[in-house]
Amino acid sequence: MIEVKNINKTFGDKQVLHDINVRFEKGQTNLVIGQSGSGKTVLLKSIVGLLDVDEGDIIYDDFIFNRLPFKEKKKLRQDIGMLFQGSALFDSSTVEQNVMFPLDMFTSMSYEEKLDRVNECLKRVDIENANHKLPAELSGGMQKRVAIARAISLNPKYLFCDEPNSGLDPKTAIMIDNLIKDITEEYNTTTIINTHDMNSVVEIGDKVVFIYKGHKWWEGDNEEIFHTDNKELEEFIFATNLTREFKRLHNLT
Amino acid sequence: MGINSMGIVALTSIFIGAVITLQTAYNTENPLYPAYLIGLTARDTLLLEFSSTMVALILAGKIGSNIASEIGTMRVTEQIDALEIMGINSASYLIFPKIAAAVIFAPFLTIMSMFIGLLGGWMAGTATGVISSDQYIYGIQYAFVPYYVTYALLKIAIFAFLITTISSYHGYHVKGGSLEVGKSSTRAVVHSSVFILIFNFVLTQLMLS
Repeated sequence: MIEVKNINKTFGDKQVLHDINVRFEKGQTNLVIGQSGSGKTVLLKSIVGLLDVDEGDIIYDDFIFNRLPFKEKKKLRQDIGMLFQGSALFDSSTVEQNVMFPLDMFTSMSYEEKLDRVNECLKRVDIENANHKLPAELSGGMQKRVAIARAISLNPKYLFCDEPNSGLDPKTAIMIDNLIKDITEEYNTTTIINTHDMNSVVEIGDKVVFIYKGHKWWEGDNEEIFHTDNKELEEFIFATNLTREFKRLHNLT
Repeated sequence: MGINSMGIVALTSIFIGAVITLQTAYNTENPLYPAYLIGLTARDTLLLEFSSTMVALILAGKIGSNIASEIGTMRVTEQIDALEIMGINSASYLIFPKIAAAVIFAPFLTIMSMFIGLLGGWMAGTATGVISSDQYIYGIQYAFVPYYVTYALLKIAIFAFLITTISSYHGYHVKGGSLEVGKSSTRAVVHSSVFILIFNFVLTQLMLS
């Protein structure tokens, strides 16, 4: 479980997050949605500790993450896996080296044991016979899958995904979404996904939090979201012709 | 890092050694000056200035831009964030090995540059007939001050430290995209070069006064 309590974040004189309170449950895919510039990436980066919050607490199960001393925070980070928007694979390392990297850093496993784990993770994300390829030799979807394999190599308790299907075709995007959902259930992780893709909301949104101008504007699940009377949320989800047609066909209010 | 710079350092050193020899010869065409002075001048120029300062400026252009763009690219593609998320001190992990490698390896480049520069001077001097082989070799051995080598090696070690830290700083603090990475790479080279020149002055005053 991850709980965010009364978070405020300011850059200079611009307040980006306003008193955010939200709880993300274990074993669920929690989606944070919102327009570009709404503050969802700042929220995610604050939760994972890449940005320091001005006020408020970020609670990971039994720990107040933002108040932990450096060493304990570092230890807790080993339970975190993150999938970045651009995959963030190490350019000069092969697929195998990328997935093995966390194991090299934080385990005392033998090379054979690490290799077994790497192959297991790669198999889990349906990547085979690509161990010695460089990230540049892979497609966008494959890069995302390798990044997921790296994120799960240490059996994380918490999984974060920043716009996991941006830049992917719809079919690959759904495949990545489903993979994240399956991994969340299989590893029983607390998963938080930043997205503005409504397909993801429909497919895997166990819980959906809508961020609007730095405020938590709405929360619910992927059923409730289509029946919302929240004006800003409605404008967001029915912004395209496709979703408007969906709304008309299903006679949604 | 340093190994890939061996070619450019060798190429520059051989021609600079050759040019110093020829310029000294053409500017000292006086029967009162002994010919071995040409070898002595080439040696001292290489030891005191070229093989440390000029090599450092070459390295600033080559490895400085390389480090800034490599780390800058890692920053804008979130690879550094990925390291931080894993609980790894990204600055220490990425920058320290570069500093250590440069500080350890750059003195070897300087020694190589000294020998190749002297060889270039000998080749140019004997091939053009401005000095005989014996006189040149006598000149490069004459009144040799071993401290000059220490001075040159210490200087290049400090310059290597400056190049790697300044370039890493510029790369590490890039914000934006590929355009900013290019700009940071340019800034790294310019700032490294300026600091090399300033420190060259300070170190010369401190070590040779």
